[in-house]
Amino acid sequence: MSLQVSVYRYNPEQDSVPHMQDFTVEVPEGKDLMVLDVLALIKEQDDSFVYRRSCREGVCGSDGMNIGGTNGLACITPLSEAVRKEKLVLRPLPGLPVIRDLVVDMSLFYKQYEKVRPYLINDTPPPATERLQSPEERAKLDGLYECVLCACCSTACPSFWWNPDKFVGPAGLLQSYRFLADSRDTATEERLSDLEDPFSVFRCRGIMNCVDVCPKGLNPTQAIGHIRKMLLEKGS
Amino acid sequence: MSKIRTLTFDAIVIGGGGAGLRAALQLTESGVSAACISKVFPTRSHTVSAQGGITCAIASVDPDDDWRWHMYDTVKGSDYIGDQDAIEYMCSVGPQAVFELDHMGLPFSRTEEGRIYQRPFGGQSKNFGKGGQAARTCAAADRTGHALLHTLHQANIKSGTTFLNEWYAVDLVKNANGQVAGVIAIDIESGEVAYVKAKATVLATGGAGRIYASTTNALINTGDGVGMALRAGYMVQDMEMWQFHPTGIYGAGTLVTEGCRGEGGFLINGEGERFMERYAPNAKDLAGRDVVARSMILEIMEGRGAGPNKDHVLLKLDHLGEAELHAKLPGICELAKTFAHADPVKEPIPVVPTCHYMMGGIPTNIGGQALMQNAQGEDQIIEGLYACGEAACVSVHGANRLGGNSLLDLVVFGRAAGLQIKKSLEEGFDAIDANDADIEAAMVRLNRLNESSAGEKVADVRRDLQNIMQLNFGVFRQEDNMMKGLEALDALKGRLANLHLEDKSNIFNTARIEALELENLFEVAYATAVSALERKESRGAHARNDYQERDDENWLKHSLYFPVDKRIGRRKVNFTPKTMEAFPPQTRTY
Repeated sequence: MSLQVSVYRYNPEQDSVPHMQDFTVEVPEGKDLMVLDVLALIKEQDDSFVYRRSCREGVCGSDGMNIGGTNGLACITPLSEAVRKEKLVLRPLPGLPVIRDLVVDMSLFYKQYEKVRPYLINDTPPPATERLQSPEERAKLDGLYECVLCACCSTACPSFWWNPDKFVGPAGLLQSYRFLADSRDTATEERLSDLEDPFSVFRCRGIMNCVDVCPKGLNPTQAIGHIRKMLLEKGS
Repeated sequence: MSKIRTLTFDAIVIGGGGAGLRAALQLTESGVSAACISKVFPTRSHTVSAQGGITCAIASVDPDDDWRWHMYDTVKGSDYIGDQDAIEYMCSVGPQAVFELDHMGLPFSRTEEGRIYQRPFGGQSKNFGKGGQAARTCAAADRTGHALLHTLHQANIKSGTTFLNEWYAVDLVKNANGQVAGVIAIDIESGEVAYVKAKATVLATGGAGRIYASTTNALINTGDGVGMALRAGYMVQDMEMWQFHPTGIYGAGTLVTEGCRGEGGFLINGEGERFMERYAPNAKDLAGRDVVARSMILEIMEGRGAGPNKDHVLLKLDHLGEAELHAKLPGICELAKTFAHADPVKEPIPVVPTCHYMMGGIPTNIGGQALMQNAQGEDQIIEGLYACGEAACVSVHGANRLGGNSLLDLVVFGRAAGLQIKKSLEEGFDAIDANDADIEAAMVRLNRLNESSAGEKVADVRRDLQNIMQLNFGVFRQEDNMMKGLEALDALKGRLANLHLEDKSNIFNTARIEALELENLFEVAYATAVSALERKESRGAHARNDYQERDDENWLKHSLYFPVDKRIGRRKVNFTPKTMEAFPPQTRTY
């Protein structure tokens, strides 16, 4: 079966502007390929076509891209969900500079991640064994620690498009709350102080694009809500 | 030659997976100037795909648990060619390394007492095999690798490690004295080639499962470190030992954790029979992975497979109930729905043994120092070169790795390599230098590729390589098939030398990287083929139809592959742990 695919192409060494290029790819009947499989078939036709990929099972977060207008991971998005009007349209994640084809420059995204100090802080001397944590305390981390840093959420967020240097964005804030919520972390005050400005958290308008696109089914908006509440309680 | 930029560090770590990040962390925290070079952003490394857990006697679920029992299981699991001094080190240091992970913030699942949750895994016992099934695998639900990799990455951010992310190491720079003085690497984003100079170069490049057509491994698992070591002329060890994981999803190859069976799931054949009761009456579905994988293939070969083609078996989980499955195995529920279109709450998952792990690799001592042999056949340290994790063969896994032992291997020996390098630096290194000719020698294959004008396509040669390995070096092996496979690899060698890189651009050129990776896959595959032909016995994962018995008289040995003359040698297995008597070889039953 022939599939029409339209992909975003930009090679800074030869193109002055980006363009869309059409490929015809033969896909097997009766088997619902993933978008990533189609990317590999395109690369066999044209080895100058570029994208990131690694685990091919939705856990490494390499292949976030815009698939038929919606951000998602190519390796766990089946063609049956991706093809619209008999065509597969693939573009890079929006809002970040394009390095080449579907590869975007993630520097700003990672910078916002590092800004929230995404690591456990506990200045008390560690015990000889693990720090105890009840199953209930641990349950508070579910829905937070599973983030794969694919950037699908932050690059679907208009506030992040406008202020990628000042608004932490949904992915970074999800991680911020992951440590605020950890019973083993003692830096709550400092973490909240870091976020106390008009941009870091409060540029979130709660439109929930992040929740819609998260390929892992996580809810950054809810985490941001918890941070807002903690900030308000701290202020009062 | 045109002068390339030189970056200088005391130590460099090639690879940003669990082993590389743990080594880099140890180095940075002890004040060594170190850089981690990774071809992907570190959290894209394959450690992220580990599911079930990290096996370690932390005595949480069973307060009487003992690292010596873990050691016994690991030695037995290795089919007695794991080095007992290294296994002793891993199992005894393990608890400290795991508690450090908790202190770094790893979100382990918890027991009611607030301690780290542990689940049963294959090949685990209490009291040296006499006390029944143990529960020793520390878990963060079924996403332990993800949690571990992100935690280690975060700890490195905290400690300020220098990262060269999306840099690809091409080849080792070796000087006239046979010392390793860093690597040639490509900054993938700009295409710039640089010499990264170091007194200590750590290969933490992971596995090479992509030599097989069907594998649980990520697309990036191309054996880059082993390939570099072989091209530099260094020997590799036990390369015939490849683990086939019993439960790869049929058709997709994606992994389904052994933790499924640890939590009470079991395998059934096409007739609905729980067949492992026949093959391993005591441990049943929690026998060693090699034993379970072979049993599955036998069921399929004898016509009792499942599905219209009777070519797989089924993993049954529905009896555990929805609540339990969603609490303990949430990732598996997701993966099964995506890749097998099966909801484990309602129906079994179709599974088949799938290439999973390279037990062999670059031989090292406990401190990660890479080894070669002198003229007398004695171990000799290669100055400047270290290896840890799956790329290394220290050897704690021998002929068959136990589930959950790879994550422990990563953190224990990544840490040990960091400690050793710090110690060596303090003792004072003689300067390891390289001249222009040494650097130029490490750029040969890159230059050849860049100058190619016509020839073979990478995708075609890679596909043929993977099919050769799948067909001739799978779960069961025999001389005639392996000979055919080796001949096919020899034929492929000519095509490999004739690889053509059509796209010569600089910026983010992944075609160039894939061509360089393919050469590494070939090096690994060739070493595997020669080693597998030479070991004329069945041991652990190496099962031969023509030599069905274990032969301790001739083969209670590591195999060594010497790339220069394509020769196989043998090396003694260590039977001298420091604190106890060695476990002598016994018949291995579960």
